Order: sequence, then structure tokens, then C-alpha cells
Amino acid sequence: MAVEERLKALMLAGLDGDEHAYRTFLNELSSRLRAYVRKRLFHLHDEIEDIVQETLLAVHNARHTYRATEPLTAWVYAIARYKLMDFLRMRSRHDAFNEPLDDYVDIFSSADEEPANDAKRDIGVLLEQLPDKQRLPIIHVKLEGLSVAETAHLTGLSESAVKVGIHRGLKSLAAKIRLFS
Amino acid sequence: MKTDEFISLLATGVAPVDRHVQRKCFSRAITVGAIGALLLMIIVFGIRPDIREMLVTPLFWFKISFPFTLAIASLLLLIRLSRPDTRNISTRLWLAPAGPILVIWIAALAALALAPPAERLNLIMGFSWRTCPFNIAFLSIPMCVTITWAVRQLAPTRLRAAGAVAGLLAGSVATVAYCLHCPEMGIPFWGIWYLMGMLIPAVLGLIFGPSLLRW
Repeated sequence: MAVEERLKALMLAGLDGDEHAYRTFLNELSSRLRAYVRKRLFHLHDEIEDIVQETLLAVHNARHTYRATEPLTAWVYAIARYKLMDFLRMRSRHDAFNEPLDDYVDIFSSADEEPANDAKRDIGVLLEQLPDKQRLPIIHVKLEGLSVAETAHLTGLSESAVKVGIHRGLKSLAAKIRLFS
Repeated sequence: MKTDEFISLLATGVAPVDRHVQRKCFSRAITVGAIGALLLMIIVFGIRPDIREMLVTPLFWFKISFPFTLAIASLLLLIRLSRPDTRNISTRLWLAPAGPILVIWIAALAALALAPPAERLNLIMGFSWRTCPFNIAFLSIPMCVTITWAVRQLAPTRLRAAGAVAGLLAGSVATVAYCLHCPEMGIPFWGIWYLMGMLIPAVLGLIFGPSLLRW
């Protein structure tokens, strides 16, 4: 009960624009989510952090649907459950299509004799494959070091879209890199 | 990206949240969807010529109250279904859309029982049963678009149920508009063919909800 009350106070302050309270809320939430996901997916320990972040993002994007009269725990739990089910569904679909690829992974694994200075070009090539709304936030925030607000102003995206773009973009970059290593 | 880093990305510069997003989304979707259905009805089918007479006919108001109450019941349910945590939705709310349907079926059975046997088939089939459900489904197109947009702004976690109820809402709003055209006055006709028309978008929502509403 104490946890519910405290998290709820932080969340409500966050909804009113209190950055510090919101950050504390997300931090506390992430450790609880990690425990929740780990308990259910202990055999997929590589993916746990991914799902935690995916769920944090979902909580962030859905925060306008939270009503102060309802228990926060139940609201968060519903989102975490939804994201977990979504992940498992995607994974089983992904596995069904990609199982045979595992046999050929060896072929790709001997590609690391390329000169090291190609790495930068390769990242550039991979970045080019991302849609603008992911690529531009990554270039501006992660490579050029601009703030989220400046990037939003520069690209015409909303700040929320910039944040989502970085997250999704980095994830799909990581997936592309994994595929070739 | 590390989770700590990701959290500061999310929290930095977080703006105050508008607590009335849901209400705004739904009222916009319903307003635009209903106007769309009305315009389509007027342009494609035309308002029934005896509408003035109908406005003082109680049976006409009973007819229009069927899709109207169904729209309200499905809206109330959709409001809950478009937010996470659906476990505390009461059974009464789940069953709310069944209410108007039951009422119209009971009235239909009564009308059939009171009618002379030779009239009964006519009360059921009317003269437009072939086209009626499809006309209603056609009129629901604008609202299907707007309500999908609205629910996508929110956070449904039971996508099939949300899709089906959103479809039912679109279908019932379209039927309110269709009532201003359709000259059929047999209660059993409404209970079957109007309902079928409203169920077309509902079934489409049931099928496509998971892909359209996923977030």
C-alpha cells in the first residue's frame, strides 16, 4: 500500500510536469518491472532489459490515460502484461519465420576482417536504412549532442516523437548489427 | 541504450499532460463520424419524404432510440476498453449493449404475435432487407475511420474487444443516420436487419482490432 501511494504521488506530480518526480517514478518503476519480467521470462535474460524499456516507453506514451481515481498498480500491471504478451507473440512469430537462418549464421560470422575505419561508414549505411523520424533524432541527439528540445525544434517532430524515435531507432540498429555479427 | 539513460531521455523536459485527452478524442471522433454518416445518407439515399409526419410519430422515435441507446451503451464500454486495466469493468457494463437489443427483440416478438399471420413475413423481411445491412455498413465508414483514430490515441489492452465495440459504436451511429432515410416501420425488421448492419463493422473490428489498434 505504501508503495502504491508513493508511486502514485510521484506519477501524478509527473503528469503535472514535475520532471524530477517523474524521473524518480520511472526509476522506481523500472526496478519493479525488471523483477516482474525476470520472474516470468527467466530463460530469456538477454531480452529482459529490452522489455523493461519497451514497457517504460508504453507507460510514458499512455500516461494520459491514467486516472487518479484508479489504482496505479493495476494500471501499470495491465500495460506490463500487454507488452509482455505482445513480446511473446512477436517472438513466436519471429521464431517461426527465422528458425532456418540460425543454420547459416556461421557464414556471416567471418566478416570481421574488414578495415576498422569501415565501421563508421557501416553505421552510416545502417542509419540510412532507418526512417527519418528515427534517423534524425539519433543523428542530432546521439551523434551531434543536441538536446531533445533542440532536435524537436529542428526536425518539426514533437519531443515525445524524438524520444520514441531514438528508442526505436537504436533498437532496430542493434537488431541490424546483431544480424551481421 | 542503458535503462537509466533511457529514463532520463523520457523524463527530460516532460510537459504537463492534458487530462481530458480521452474525452476530446471521442467527442471529435463522434462529431465528425456522425456528420459524415448524415451527409452520406443525405447525398446517397436521401431523407425520407414523410419525415415531418414521422417527427410526431411515437413509433419513429422508438425506432431511432434503438441504435441511439446502443450507441450510448457501446460508447460507455469503449471508454473503459480504451484504457489499460480492463479487469474492473463490471458485468453490467460488458452486457450494456445487449440491453437495447433485448428490448427490440421483445417488442419484435410482441409485434409478430399481435399481427395477422399473413402479415408476419412482411414485418420481418420488409422490402429492403437485401440492401439494408450493407447501407448501414456503408454509412459507418466515416465513423470507422474517426473512431479508429480516437482509440489509437489511447491505450487499449484488449484489442479484439475494443475493435468490436468501436465497430458497434460506428455501426449504431450510422444506423441513427439511416433511420432518417429508411421507410421500414416493422419492429422485427429493425431487430434483424438493422442489427446485422451494425454487426458488420463490429465483426470487422473484432477481426482487425489487433492489427489496427496495436501500440
